Amino acid sequence: MKLHEYQSKRIFARYGLPVPQGNVATTPAEARQVAHLLGGPVVVKAQVLTGGRGKAGGIKLAKDAEETEEAARQIIGMFIKGLKVYKVLIEQATDIAQEMYMGIVVDRTHRKPIMIVSAQGGIEIEELAKNRPEMIFRLPIDPLRGLMDYQARNLAFELGLHGGLIRPFTAIARGLWRVFVENDATLAEINPLAITSEGQLIALDGKITLDDNALFRHLELNEMRDLQGETEAQRQARQADLSYVKLDGDIGCMVNGAGLAMATMDLVDLYGGRPANFLDIGGGARANKVAAALHIILADSDVKVILINIFGGITRCDEVARGLLAAMEEASTPVPPMVVRLVGANEEQGRQLLAAANVINATSLIEAAQKAVELASGQSQMQRP
Amino acid sequence: MSILVNRETRLVVQGITGNEGSFHTRLMLDYGTQVVAGVTPGKGGEWVHGVPVFDTVREAVQTTGANTSIIYVPAPFAADAIMEAADAGIELIVCITEGIPVLDMMRACQFLEDTDARLIGPNCPGVITPGQAKVGIMPGHIHTPGPVGIVSRSGTLTYEVVKALTDRGLGQSTAVGIGGDPIIGTSFVDVLRMFENDPATQSIVLIGEIGGTDEEQAARFIASEVSKPVTAFIAGRTAPPGQRMGHAGAIIEGGEGTAQEKIAALEAVGIRVARHPAEVADLVAERL
Repeated sequence: MKLHEYQSKRIFARYGLPVPQGNVATTPAEARQVAHLLGGPVVVKAQVLTGGRGKAGGIKLAKDAEETEEAARQIIGMFIKGLKVYKVLIEQATDIAQEMYMGIVVDRTHRKPIMIVSAQGGIEIEELAKNRPEMIFRLPIDPLRGLMDYQARNLAFELGLHGGLIRPFTAIARGLWRVFVENDATLAEINPLAITSEGQLIALDGKITLDDNALFRHLELNEMRDLQGETEAQRQARQADLSYVKLDGDIGCMVNGAGLAMATMDLVDLYGGRPANFLDIGGGARANKVAAALHIILADSDVKVILINIFGGITRCDEVARGLLAAMEEASTPVPPMVVRLVGANEEQGRQLLAAANVINATSLIEAAQKAVELASGQSQMQRP
Repeated sequence: MSILVNRETRLVVQGITGNEGSFHTRLMLDYGTQVVAGVTPGKGGEWVHGVPVFDTVREAVQTTGANTSIIYVPAPFAADAIMEAADAGIELIVCITEGIPVLDMMRACQFLEDTDARLIGPNCPGVITPGQAKVGIMPGHIHTPGPVGIVSRSGTLTYEVVKALTDRGLGQSTAVGIGGDPIIGTSFVDVLRMFENDPATQSIVLIGEIGGTDEEQAARFIASEVSKPVTAFIAGRTAPPGQRMGHAGAIIEGGEGTAQEKIAALEAVGIRVARHPAEVADLVAERL
């Protein structure tokens, strides 16, 4: 679960990391009020869960409350990479002398958290890693022992910091480590970590991604979920515990298992079709979960054909069939042609249950994908003027 | 021969009294696996399908000589179960549990570094040596003994490939599911090394997916260390960047981990990459 900048900075502040003074606003009038209370020039920043806000015009400088109101008017409601802006963060403007980078991510290969720092910040770290790898320093952290002061200090020296900056840098590194472990983050990033013209360190932008699997022990963080940024299909999928990703094709897919679901999408693509979604019903799904999954696909108006691929094991084909039948019965709109491939546990019972229903049976995955693609292309031809 | 599990495997089931643990204990016993013990703290003294239950793994090991553990413990407690098994001297730990916090897994892996235990998973279907032992949740009947070693990050996708192999008369030496999480105990390279050294394995199938760089590392390792033919399949060519595709580890991040990159890395060292699961069997057959 990704957190907004303002949410990340609130967590940073709780751990003693220096962040600019500021507050969020959802209307231009509120923005004006916030700027008035802060006094002096401010930065107005769109709160959306994507990068590239600056380029898209989602970050503006304002010299007073009036300009802030106008900036907020322009930003609230705009779309950045397809995401609507509902909130802006208004912060005291900072006079920047240097922009650095500090982040902690999960290093999959070494199975450890890794702290990454660079004396050059303010740009995407992936970009910097590609173009100027010598500018980046990495420190693997022992997850049982944690980050030691001397390790953080060494990073400061690697970056060429000296004098009065060593201590605050070390404190920020330690604080960011605590943010990472105590909130079960998979990413905690300060970019840029700025040195102000007065020689102070300050976190000008912040990003935290929380581990969804650990939210059960951080119920207060779960409430930070951005419900406005969630589509109806995403909400339903989350509530039914389904993995769902919307894509831009017209063949709705329902599969058990993530790898098989991706392989099914790839096969649709291989035969010239386009998958409308990724949807994994997981292992051992019961009829009600299958029905919830089909409802999500049926609600997608882009879907012209539905492809169901089940390799039964702990998932039983008869349960899947029951779920499909229930959802078809409840459907308020006409059900598109449905190709169903059931193999494995209780496949015979599953097929028998579906015998009376208007579905197209397939025995192999290839056959199922080919039939779905043929049907989808036939449908689009019929709809052409 | 085979790798990891065989007739000598003496299995302890951690979380045996839970729904999943009890259900799969039945299926593993039916397959012929020697399930010698179960563990559920507080339920020592009970029996599940004729298997004695202990409070601790240490007790189970001391009483029954268990050498392998399978974990069905719920996610919040699973990392602790892994460490308990390693501390009790278990050599091979297979963790089925899905949804373990990443930080818990990083800590467990760090803990394992000071022990002799090998961890398979988590979030995996387990390990099967057809005809000898099934330590996992995979459907046993689709497997048949033979010369093909399989290593995969996925569950049902592996079953699809196994079925295609079996349907063509190509049996399997051992099939290993290494798991779909970002932090897993055993990598492709670890299993490839075992298959290379296993006389019963004549051909190797590697099933990967988007996310991370484990497949790229496997490609480099195969180029320098593996003499047996390797056939690969990579799922997720149509997966968009930045979106988690079901598995916690299946995500293209920072432009890294795409299926195209992985396929290119494998093909660059002469590994044949199938376009779909059934084609894996065709490619394996051509070179056996």
